Amino acid sequence: MEMAESFKVWVNRFRFRISQPHVVLGILLLLLLLALVIIPFVQMVHDTAVWQEADTRLSRAAKPGEWTAFHYLRVFSGRLSKVIFYRPLLHSLETSLAISFLGMALGGLLAWLVVRTDMPFRRAVAVFAVIPYVLPSYTLALAWLDFFKNERIGGAAGIYQYLFGVPTPDWLAYGFLPIVINLSLHYYPFTYLLLSGALVSIDAHLEECGEVLGASRFTILRRITFPIVLPALLSAFILTFSRALGTFGTPYFLGAPVRYFTLSTTIYSNIVNRTPAVAYISALVLILISIFILYANQRLIGSKSFVTIAGKGFRHRVTPLGRFRYPAFFLALGLILLGVFTPLLLLTWQTLMLYPNDYSLKNLTLHFWIGKSDPALAEGESGILRNLQILGAAWNSLELSVLVALVTGLTGIFIGYVAVKGRKTWLAALVEQGSFLPYLIPSIAFGAIYLSLFTQPVGPIPSLYGSFFLLVMVCMAKNLPFSARSGISSMLQVAGELEESAVVAGASWAKRFWKIILPLTLTGSISGFILVFIATMRELSLIILLVTPSTRTLTTMTFRYVEQGYAQFADAIIVLIVLIVVAGEFIARKLGKREIA
Amino acid sequence: MSLIEIEKVSKKFGAVTAVDRLDLTVQAGEFLTLLGPSGCGKTTVLRMIAGLEIPDAGMIRIKDKTVFSSREGIYVAPGKRGIGLVFQSYALWPHMTVFENVAFGLQVQGAERKELEDRVHTSLDYMRLRGMEKRYPQQLSGGQQQRVALARMLVTRPSIFLMDEPLSNLDAKLRMEMRAEIKRLHWEAKATTLYVTHDQNEALTLSTQVAVMNRGILQQVASPHQIYRRPANLFVADFIGSPTINFIPGKIHREGGDLIFRNESLVLPAPPEEGLAGKEVTAAIRPEDIRILPREKGKGLEGEVYSVLPAGAEVILQVKKGSLLFTIRVMGEVSFEMGEKVYLQFPPEAMVFYDQETGNLLYPFREQGNGNRAI
Repeated sequence: MEMAESFKVWVNRFRFRISQPHVVLGILLLLLLLALVIIPFVQMVHDTAVWQEADTRLSRAAKPGEWTAFHYLRVFSGRLSKVIFYRPLLHSLETSLAISFLGMALGGLLAWLVVRTDMPFRRAVAVFAVIPYVLPSYTLALAWLDFFKNERIGGAAGIYQYLFGVPTPDWLAYGFLPIVINLSLHYYPFTYLLLSGALVSIDAHLEECGEVLGASRFTILRRITFPIVLPALLSAFILTFSRALGTFGTPYFLGAPVRYFTLSTTIYSNIVNRTPAVAYISALVLILISIFILYANQRLIGSKSFVTIAGKGFRHRVTPLGRFRYPAFFLALGLILLGVFTPLLLLTWQTLMLYPNDYSLKNLTLHFWIGKSDPALAEGESGILRNLQILGAAWNSLELSVLVALVTGLTGIFIGYVAVKGRKTWLAALVEQGSFLPYLIPSIAFGAIYLSLFTQPVGPIPSLYGSFFLLVMVCMAKNLPFSARSGISSMLQVAGELEESAVVAGASWAKRFWKIILPLTLTGSISGFILVFIATMRELSLIILLVTPSTRTLTTMTFRYVEQGYAQFADAIIVLIVLIVVAGEFIARKLGKREIA
Repeated sequence: MSLIEIEKVSKKFGAVTAVDRLDLTVQAGEFLTLLGPSGCGKTTVLRMIAGLEIPDAGMIRIKDKTVFSSREGIYVAPGKRGIGLVFQSYALWPHMTVFENVAFGLQVQGAERKELEDRVHTSLDYMRLRGMEKRYPQQLSGGQQQRVALARMLVTRPSIFLMDEPLSNLDAKLRMEMRAEIKRLHWEAKATTLYVTHDQNEALTLSTQVAVMNRGILQQVASPHQIYRRPANLFVADFIGSPTINFIPGKIHREGGDLIFRNESLVLPAPPEEGLAGKEVTAAIRPEDIRILPREKGKGLEGEVYSVLPAGAEVILQVKKGSLLFTIRVMGEVSFEMGEKVYLQFPPEAMVFYDQETGNLLYPFREQGNGNRAI
């Protein structure tokens, strides 16, 4: 009797608990994460250990669908493993490391100059310093090609040859050095943003205490300032490293011509060459490296996050640069010219040249923008603004970016709601942690994962490969960590008493969400929406494996044109993307405080 | 008539027991304050009555209707409990005007336009907010925001007002004003009010009944006077009153025919209660109850002034005797020197005694007023 009673109480308690809106929503979100991340991942791992249809070309023993260690042996210890795995791995690691260090040096120096010195025009420098990050990552690579390209790849040679009359040496045109330079110039804003944030929020008193105790400026920098910003510096390193590891465009454009492959580009070429299992294993290795680095970061920094958000009107110490004031400014200016203005100018110029390799003024034309089809030029393709294929791709890009921004933003708000309302419950913790999983998976690997699952029907779901929906899914999944974070932070200010007042008034959950939660979180999330829009607009690595002719986007069109050697078209599309993206960034900045993805 | 009945209600958050088998009844028309240090579970009790928190076990009845029962699996949503709630942060919706804030509850109930406007205006007029309808909460002062929150609560005519530390965000002057306003509101609306605060002054000035809680357990429910004069245990005695009550540890002895209270520094007459003989007790006396005798009489307990803290209308004295340090409140402007000898008297009728083992009140016995609800 007593037992039965307490069992009833227990059942009722469980019933009450799971009928709360945030619990129901949390369970739905878990299912979503399962479908978006976990199942595709498991499928990919499965595919690495099973004979594929395509393997019948490689081995007589292949029995499609049965378990095998063939792929692993082939990749890690086979005759070709040096070419298909170890060398690309080494290339990935050496470029990512070099990019991280160079990016940290550039970003760190700039942050210190802007926040802590009396360098002239600090505000202007601060505005332009983050622009490279907004541009598609391979913008610089395309500009680089315009300048340094030699005869190795199709099309005309670059400006370098025009100016000096000799072909650009390969080491300067392609491979390790240009990849590192271009990606460092793209990724240094991570360090800049994180470090300037940390430097701004150090309480001046901490350093003044040191000064009162008689420490020199250098000692203060070394013993006080540096340890305090170290966690931010480490985060910047991790962020740069894992992004560089997963990026596809630049290493492909600048590495492929000299067969300098990285893991991310071998993933692509293995998919194209129909050896998907090799691609999946490479993706798996990329993911493992990412996880290891993030784990190491956790262990190293852990709770040692000293930097706290400071109150308003914070005062910090300024180091006078003396006679180095202007040299410092010219250094910063040079960086911005190199990373932003010169490349964009070069790209734009290229789009206006009728014949490549002729840099005279009479060669200027708007043909590649608005020209009608002319059989004498570019196999009769018309200018991008009247080219139906490109307009279609532009429409796809816009549609994709808007849809992804909306869906991801909304999901982020839901995740925020579950995480904040269910604080300290395991369900909320699971949803919150789970939404960060995509962060561990490099972009190109994410594309590979989706490819492995959705080229065939999954249960009742038909094969999604080639569908627009698949692109929405993968972009949403990849951007989820960012939206979840912004959703949680805006929900922290809304959930709680503001919603409970409406509960007491008798409003249903739908009414509360529509009338209270959404209007209140929306103001805080609009800049987040736009940032996801921008990220999707310039996305290449993530979707390159999943796009088919009917779902082409601007970025994948650029890619196609580069491959075909039509620099003008490729550059024109990039300029178009840059215009859209910079406009979006400008609006986002007007609307709200900047956050970093 | 008992309006709210709470039976054996418990609530845990993780490993922390916020409320432990709480029994409490609130009579119709009462102004009952839940008082206790932060984290004692008082807000959780209020939120469980409102339905915002679901208890782990127990039963809650409002107006003879069961709104929660863990055994029968009943849970009535907050909107259907006939309650109004004011939060500490006021929780006014920043994207709605004052009018929209107040009208929201009526809209949810589907009120007619005409009736809705009438009732919102009546409510706003009552809270002296006429002319503020189109403003947004951020454009109002703290006191005005507080009144909007009250207007929003009043507009749906709940029979129970629940208030969670509604005054703690206001400055001292406004707080006095709003206290008067809330007391007036309770009197005029004749609604039963349940009020949560950690401020004992607020509790003692506003309430008809005070319920003191500590660590999820209800310590005492009684009138403000009883709570102050006859604290049910050492916790309540210590928590209520500022400066705090004086505790004197000692033992009750039989000497000759009389019972006396004795400790190393002083001897006092003990209560004439046979059962107390031989017990380890703690005697307690409020600072204003200790008298200081004119020194020429040479009677009373001799102590030495340890510290003098004048505070306008009164002087707080600390007097040392052996290992004991007494706090004494003397009304008026009296001057004392540090180190001066003073003579103290402890009026027997002002003394209360607690069992050192259980911490419960031994004497004078608690009056059994207002039902059998304490402890």
